[in-house]
Amino acid sequence: MSAPPLTVAVQGIAFWASRLPGWEIARAVIRGSEAPPPTAAGRPAAALLAPTERRRAPDTVALALEVAQRACEAAGESPQNLPSVFASTHGDLAISDYMCSTLVATPTLISPIKFHNSVHNAAAGYWSIGAGSYAAYTALSAFRYSFAAGLLEAAAQVACDQRSVLYVAFDIEAKGALAGVAPSSGLLGVALVLGLQSRPGMPRLRLQLDAAENAQATPARSPAADVVAKNALAPCLPFFESLASERGAGADSVVLELSQRTVLRIAFEAA
Amino acid sequence: MPELEHQVLPAQFATWDCRNNRLAWRGLLSDGFRDAVYAARERFGPHRIAVVVGTSTSSIGASEEAYCRLDPDGQYPLDLRRSIIHTPHSLGDFVQHALELTGITVTVATACSSSAKAFAQAARLIQLGLADAAVVGGVDTLCGSVLFGFNSLELVSPEPCLPFDVERRGISLGEAAGFALLQPEAGNGPWFIGYGESSDAHHMSSPHPEGRGARVALDEVFRRAEIGPRDVDYINLHGTASRKNDEVEAAVIAELFPSTTAASSTKGWTGHTLGAAGIVEAGITLLALEHAMLPGTLNTRTLDPVCGPQVRIDNTTREARLGLSLSFGFGGSNCVLAFARSDVH
Repeated sequence: MSAPPLTVAVQGIAFWASRLPGWEIARAVIRGSEAPPPTAAGRPAAALLAPTERRRAPDTVALALEVAQRACEAAGESPQNLPSVFASTHGDLAISDYMCSTLVATPTLISPIKFHNSVHNAAAGYWSIGAGSYAAYTALSAFRYSFAAGLLEAAAQVACDQRSVLYVAFDIEAKGALAGVAPSSGLLGVALVLGLQSRPGMPRLRLQLDAAENAQATPARSPAADVVAKNALAPCLPFFESLASERGAGADSVVLELSQRTVLRIAFEAA
Repeated sequence: MPELEHQVLPAQFATWDCRNNRLAWRGLLSDGFRDAVYAARERFGPHRIAVVVGTSTSSIGASEEAYCRLDPDGQYPLDLRRSIIHTPHSLGDFVQHALELTGITVTVATACSSSAKAFAQAARLIQLGLADAAVVGGVDTLCGSVLFGFNSLELVSPEPCLPFDVERRGISLGEAAGFALLQPEAGNGPWFIGYGESSDAHHMSSPHPEGRGARVALDEVFRRAEIGPRDVDYINLHGTASRKNDEVEAAVIAELFPSTTAASSTKGWTGHTLGAAGIVEAGITLLALEHAMLPGTLNTRTLDPVCGPQVRIDNTTREARLGLSLSFGFGGSNCVLAFARSDVH
């Protein structure tokens, strides 16, 4: 028996990378109509947080909240109302480096704030606080398959509960010795609002599981690929290349790896 | 957990070797669990069984060890240069390979609600036909981050924890691995009949003072399981024995449930096993239903006056058809699971 396909509508899109700070510029670079900016932007604003919290927020939180808020704006949805799925390959690599090195040097001086920010669901927690949302969030990881695993969970929630869901995925720059085994450069965050109702100019996604031997994973092929290649979330790029495609919905599909032997086929269909 | 330091994983799993995955392996070999998964694999195929497991710190303990033994160039020692054990998905990836499964595999990491939320996510996959069965559960082992981190928050009790006691002084940390196999038909097993998930939207390490998030999660579990408070015979509470959690949780239970519902925290027996608490306490809830023995609250002497008649110190021998397990985590992540005895649903 094979799994039936899941169909969901894309209702909002957001993208933020250090050298592609926003979906507009990312889409233009993917299409080849603009060159990537030569220098990296500072970190995103995370306007949802109070000013004091914004300054203190770890990069993971600033990045995730930025794309989450932009996707909600693009979808015309209030952040308060949406359940959410947060995916990250490694979580907060900078805080993990801090925890590990402080444990070697001065373990009794661990910062309590850094400790509670070290949980994988810190960004999701700050999002729910900033948005004032009692709706459920989840936070997950699936190593290099994290983006695909989170996308599938978000689509599954849309299908099960018949309501729109916010999907956020992010990875930040690795620090210290951890960078040798969990390499990741720059910031890359993406977000989607997925739901039942189609929006003008946005595709529907048809998601289908398949065995890895039946389908080759789609490689990134646009001029944006080199710009984000070294971030741990880079496997998401082929998906956003298809979203940015000018060939029109129906003409495109991507295959993302979901585990060693399973892939996720995603067909982009006209709304 | 004794002797994990000396335990050895089978050679084919050397890539995943670390304290957390050793405990995971011990859990998989307990109670005939691996054989039950093999039988399901035979029936449905390895690609049709999802793995959804929860953990709070996964194998960060291995990264901590590496930082203690960096080579002269500041790099990880050779024996620990294994990327998979230095990332949160260490647990899910190991469980999938250890059980020779090939389908959807995800690690849920929402702190102390992780392995409870694994049930909810797996239920969605089965409901939609994305999997025919799912291995759920969770594993957490002690490491420096957790020990010194909870100490920095002044949440650790100097004595064994006293959940809901008026003199409680904080949590006791524990280690655990637990797994369950979910299938659409139970055979002769009990039923997982619903879940409720919510957020507190309040604070990273302190619960909402009126338990708003907990109430939303309970409302949702009632709706999904099509039950009401009067149907609930037993509740396994989150009951960490932190001042704040127990105060808020006891008030919510006192307000929402009748006095006929028995409720307790079993963390006096297990300690707070963090990301594994959801599966450990789901297991205890299922045992309570199966054996008609509702556990009380170990160590506790005098209940906090905020507790209603639901919270029990002593074990009770009583038929029970329906139970809830409550898990609340850092970041305000709440999950409530509902279970029914095999003959009830």
